[in-house]
Amino acid sequence: MNAIGLIFSNIHDYVIPELSRRRAIASIPFGGRYRMIDFELSNMVNSDITKVGVITNYNYQSLMDHIGTGKDWDLARRSGGIKILPPFITAYDSAKGEAFNTSRLELLKGALSFIERSKEEYVVMTDCDRVCTLDYQKLLDRHIESRADITIVTHRKKVTDDGIGKEILIDADMIGRIDDISEHTAADEGYHNVSMNIFVLKRTYLLSIIRDSIAHGYKSFYHDIIAKNLMHSDYYIYNFDGYSMTINSLSSFFSSNMDLLKPDVRAQLFEMPYHPVYTKVRSSAPTKYLEGAMVSNSLIADGCIIEGKVENSIIFRGVHIARGATVKNSILMQDTIVSKDVSLNCVITDKNAVIRDGRTLSGHETLPFFIDKGVII
Amino acid sequence: MNQKRKECVAMLLAGGQGSRLYALTKSTAKPAVTFGGKYRIIDFPLSNCINSGIDTVGVLTQYQPLVLNDYVGNGLPWDLDRTYGGVKILPPYQGQKKADWYKGTANAIYQNLAFIEQYDPEYVIILSGDHIYRMDYSEMLRFHKRKDADCTIAVLEVPLKEASRFGILTTHDDGQIYKFTEKPKEPDSTKASMGIYIFNKKKLFEYLIADEADENSSNDFGKNIIPTMLKSGERMFAYPFEGYWKDVGTIDSLWEANMDLLGENPAFSMNEESRGRIYSRSSVSPPQFVGKSAVISNSIITEGCKIHGTVINSVLSHGVIVEPGAIVKDSVIMANTYIGKDASVNHSILDENITVEQGATVGASKETDKGIAVIGNGCKIAAGQTVAAGEMISD
Repeated sequence: MNAIGLIFSNIHDYVIPELSRRRAIASIPFGGRYRMIDFELSNMVNSDITKVGVITNYNYQSLMDHIGTGKDWDLARRSGGIKILPPFITAYDSAKGEAFNTSRLELLKGALSFIERSKEEYVVMTDCDRVCTLDYQKLLDRHIESRADITIVTHRKKVTDDGIGKEILIDADMIGRIDDISEHTAADEGYHNVSMNIFVLKRTYLLSIIRDSIAHGYKSFYHDIIAKNLMHSDYYIYNFDGYSMTINSLSSFFSSNMDLLKPDVRAQLFEMPYHPVYTKVRSSAPTKYLEGAMVSNSLIADGCIIEGKVENSIIFRGVHIARGATVKNSILMQDTIVSKDVSLNCVITDKNAVIRDGRTLSGHETLPFFIDKGVII
Repeated sequence: MNQKRKECVAMLLAGGQGSRLYALTKSTAKPAVTFGGKYRIIDFPLSNCINSGIDTVGVLTQYQPLVLNDYVGNGLPWDLDRTYGGVKILPPYQGQKKADWYKGTANAIYQNLAFIEQYDPEYVIILSGDHIYRMDYSEMLRFHKRKDADCTIAVLEVPLKEASRFGILTTHDDGQIYKFTEKPKEPDSTKASMGIYIFNKKKLFEYLIADEADENSSNDFGKNIIPTMLKSGERMFAYPFEGYWKDVGTIDSLWEANMDLLGENPAFSMNEESRGRIYSRSSVSPPQFVGKSAVISNSIITEGCKIHGTVINSVLSHGVIVEPGAIVKDSVIMANTYIGKDASVNHSILDENITVEQGATVGASKETDKGIAVIGNGCKIAAGQTVAAGEMISD
């Protein structure tokens, strides 16, 4: 595909402080063995985008550890492949300066030289707060066909208060040309085209936007570029009608994971033809079930040892659930240890959490109980 | 070449047909046979190599190499994708004067002396792709150096009554070998050769070249090289290995070795990562899904499986589907096999890509003692059809 990919790894970090305190939203664990960025990277690789820049500006250790050389996505390449684009700070910038700005446009300024040096005609830009399976080739075809300057992918849905201040709503005419663009406020209700923050545009056009923004001090991609130029530019939407879940709070993280227990959701994410979802290979042993294990309606990754009872849960790699323990409606991340006779309900554990013998912990699906990384209870 | 020489190069004999695995090796070399859910037999020697600090491995292939070549690839899963060294597939080749299949184990190495020479190693370790075990070859190499040996052979203590199935080594108290008998009728020792040899490169080359010149030789390590070296009075030692080691060359032993992984205190555990992780080429599959009607007990299940039926005392590879009402018991099910509704699979080994349709019956209870049912790659067992215990089916 004649396009480069740009992935913004931090933009929505603030929406899940629990999980993104020490990592970018891109590296939040999801669905038993994945990180959020895996879905975007897989979309790109499966659409033959083989040059991808990952824009990041802080908290990127865990992301870099996850991506490594990019070989697990077949993106370890001499020409193209994956490139992490950390903040561009010169010796003359103050450390507290603009480098920590997370606005899309500010971040693009930092990636300017990567975009300049590429030769591909188009750019596909995405964020990491969403899980979906999307064919970018189709998106690009539509973009070219409609002669758009920018095409923004939208998802039509009934808006909820969850998205206030976090979502961008887009109005378009019959042929998809954008009329208006606004932030989701308390006044909005009913069905709207919600931006999925996926953009396709010509590389040269993006460069002119970035240079113009540097010259004029523009900060916001939506407000200073899209909204301002609506009248005399051709901005189009591309409505995506497949399954898409946005993670914009701990409770939506919880419900999105739980959605994976539905066969139709798994079919749309994991079983699309020629669309495998790649992730870092961990080489764990297969999961071992001992006598007395009772498992029902759960998604279980490799490397686990299960002796107890598991129901309606997502179990990540290397989790140990001891005899007599009961885990219900919970998400247990990598290497969590659930000791004997523990009872968990609506609990999210971050990596390496340990729950000692006999503890009972319970949250509610609207307010799951969260246990931080490495915490021993 | 300016690069640093390698201290020890491994040569892995992976050309065996594995004829006693019948249907399972019809289109696959034995080292590429699936084991323990997500592994293939060759993962064990390859992982042992990298865990022992040996990063140069020549894999000698001959029989049905397609799956094996594809699996080993550039060696990435074992961290053996190196610019210098790493894993190299060594098939038989055509030379200027002659072209030959590998005539025997020794001949296979002989034909690849140039490969070894590239790295100018002090030692060469010969391995085979037939066994399930975890071993630190660097310990054996230290032993070899300490004994100032020309050749060291790893040995396992076996019960006396089973000794006649193995190549038996008889040694002095210090471990020096003075006698080697292939499958002795009346064994005088219980030290069985594991088919793992460390040679000083110079000696190895010397004997391989001499062996090749001998027209009466069958060019085999066990039959020719080892006995000849002994006769010539070379310093040969037996390195005692303790731990799990299993030849999985037969249907029964392959089944048993899989069952050895199960339970709380298994004979061989894949989860003991501190003792050396076994690496494998992963499938790209989502986590396994266990449905509401599933019952799973004492089993090993891999990514990509969907379990809605009953799975007891079994080992399932990736992408296996067990539909509601189906029962899988005491069985080994390899990748992407489908077990239909209400079907029953008992005491069986099912290869990859098999379809067992609704209500079909494969094998019989282990207790009937009528043997393991085996179904070869890609077969389809029609609805309601029965495959008897001990029966073998391939297309």
